[in-house]
Amino acid sequence: MEIVKTQAQGDLSTDKAPEAKLAQSPLAIRGLTVSYGEKPAVFSVDMTVEPGQMTAIIGPNGAGKSTLLKAALGIVAPVSGRVTIFGRSLAEQRARIAYVPQRASVDWDFPTRVIDVVLMGLYRELGLLGWIKGAHRAKALDCLERVGMGDFATRQIGQLSGGQQQRVFLARALAQGADLYLLDEPFAGVDAATEKAIISVLKSLREAGKTVVVVHHDLATVAEYFDNVFLINTRRVAEGPVSEAFTEETLQAAYGGRLATSQIDKLAKA
Amino acid sequence: MSGEEFVPLSLTPMLIGIFAAVACALPGNFLLLRRQALIGDAISHVVLPGIVFAFLMTGVIATWPMMLGAAGAAIVAVVMIEAIRRLGRIEPGAAMGVVFTTMFAGGVLLLEQSDTSAVHLDVEHALYGNLESLIWLDATGWSSLLDPEALRYLPTELPRMALTLLGVCLFTALFWRALKISTFDEGFARTMGIRTNLLGLGLVITAAVAAVAAFDAVGSIIVIAMFICPPAAARMMTNRLEAQIAWSVLFAVLSAVLGYVLAGFGPLWLGGGDAVSAAGMIATVSGVILAITARFGPCRGRSGVPATV
Repeated sequence: MEIVKTQAQGDLSTDKAPEAKLAQSPLAIRGLTVSYGEKPAVFSVDMTVEPGQMTAIIGPNGAGKSTLLKAALGIVAPVSGRVTIFGRSLAEQRARIAYVPQRASVDWDFPTRVIDVVLMGLYRELGLLGWIKGAHRAKALDCLERVGMGDFATRQIGQLSGGQQQRVFLARALAQGADLYLLDEPFAGVDAATEKAIISVLKSLREAGKTVVVVHHDLATVAEYFDNVFLINTRRVAEGPVSEAFTEETLQAAYGGRLATSQIDKLAKA
Repeated sequence: MSGEEFVPLSLTPMLIGIFAAVACALPGNFLLLRRQALIGDAISHVVLPGIVFAFLMTGVIATWPMMLGAAGAAIVAVVMIEAIRRLGRIEPGAAMGVVFTTMFAGGVLLLEQSDTSAVHLDVEHALYGNLESLIWLDATGWSSLLDPEALRYLPTELPRMALTLLGVCLFTALFWRALKISTFDEGFARTMGIRTNLLGLGLVITAAVAAVAAFDAVGSIIVIAMFICPPAAARMMTNRLEAQIAWSVLFAVLSAVLGYVLAGFGPLWLGGGDAVSAAGMIATVSGVILAITARFGPCRGRSGVPATV
């Protein structure tokens, strides 16, 4: 019964946004609820990502940021809700999506080299049995160059620093050649040089008309890096351009007592 | 040794040993990297209730019903392990531990309660198999390999194990790329549309089929050892999955050949009398190979080879 109810809510909220806008949006989410056990991690969330812009998903720890992204990508199954990618279902649009998981989500001791990880971004293109040709390798190397990792192609991935591993993941996403890039905490625990390299790649993607959505944890850089924010704390708190949605009220609502008022003041003014 | 002696007495057990070792080592590579290597141990325990059940249904000790029973039990166990892992949100090792001890114990109870006193359900057979007895007495030498009359009397375990190995190879080759990416990065694999749940289940069922076929021919000791030792030793030799697979096959073959020869002739060379269990020796050799690679292998460090390479 629960499920039916939330589904109905999701459908109601669909009516609020004009259909045309939904069809254009690289990622539109309606009435999404995801639960690990009893307590929902994401509850009845609507989200409409603006095309050709950079959007940050922010919120306190455990607010459902990563879960929202994973549900949008079909990695975790939602209890209810609807996700459209450029107006169509996820299954139809997989080729237009690139994903960068959290660095800590994989085992970096896995026996593989840097270039092999980037080649994984081409697996959709290659299919089950397609042969890896020189052109594929050249493309993978080019993606590594773009993140400043060209010299590391034949290294075992376990030998890289955290920042270097993150750049390899970004290179793999570039190899996917997508229109929508979804990144889960790409700046977590990386060095300053890596952060700079990643943001410059993301900005070049935006210049090329791509859409970038980033789960982000550093409130201090939100205004500098992003066009839009999506604040979440299990439910949607605010969504819109940084100047409108990233304010004292919305931060207070999302983080509650977890941020000192003085911190929020400073961020909102920045 | 001349072909006249080697072909009838040693060729078939050696080949069966090699096929069984490789069939277990191949899926073992992925299971190891997925932290599921214990599945071999689990399967070799859960086949007991399957075999007893098959005996109770048919009333005879025959290969096919028992293998079907064993395979059925293995698949039931695999599904239960997956269900417990997902519903209980616990690590796979714990789910396996719960399922295989319960099913093994259930098998013992079933065996005890049913009237199997008239027949001999041999526990030792289950452990060591009967590799040495899988001889080909109709062969007279290498020429028998081309003699259809002699070939008719090949031990049935040989074609069965060869077919199993072929199936395992096909699965590995066909799903190579999907297995590689979903083992390394399951979330990413799903965004590409790979059904990682189904693939994981397919891998474990492939392992179960290999384990049951090998169990029938060579006993559970080899099964348990081959799922873990050759792949683990191979991991110490290389930092590339492709090379790791090749090394694991090499180590599996080496264990089977060396183990078989050492079991047959080792005691004689040492001045002793009888040969020792081939299955036990093969498993021991694989363990020694693992120990040697763990000490001297070039890639045994957690973070791979030295940064200069």
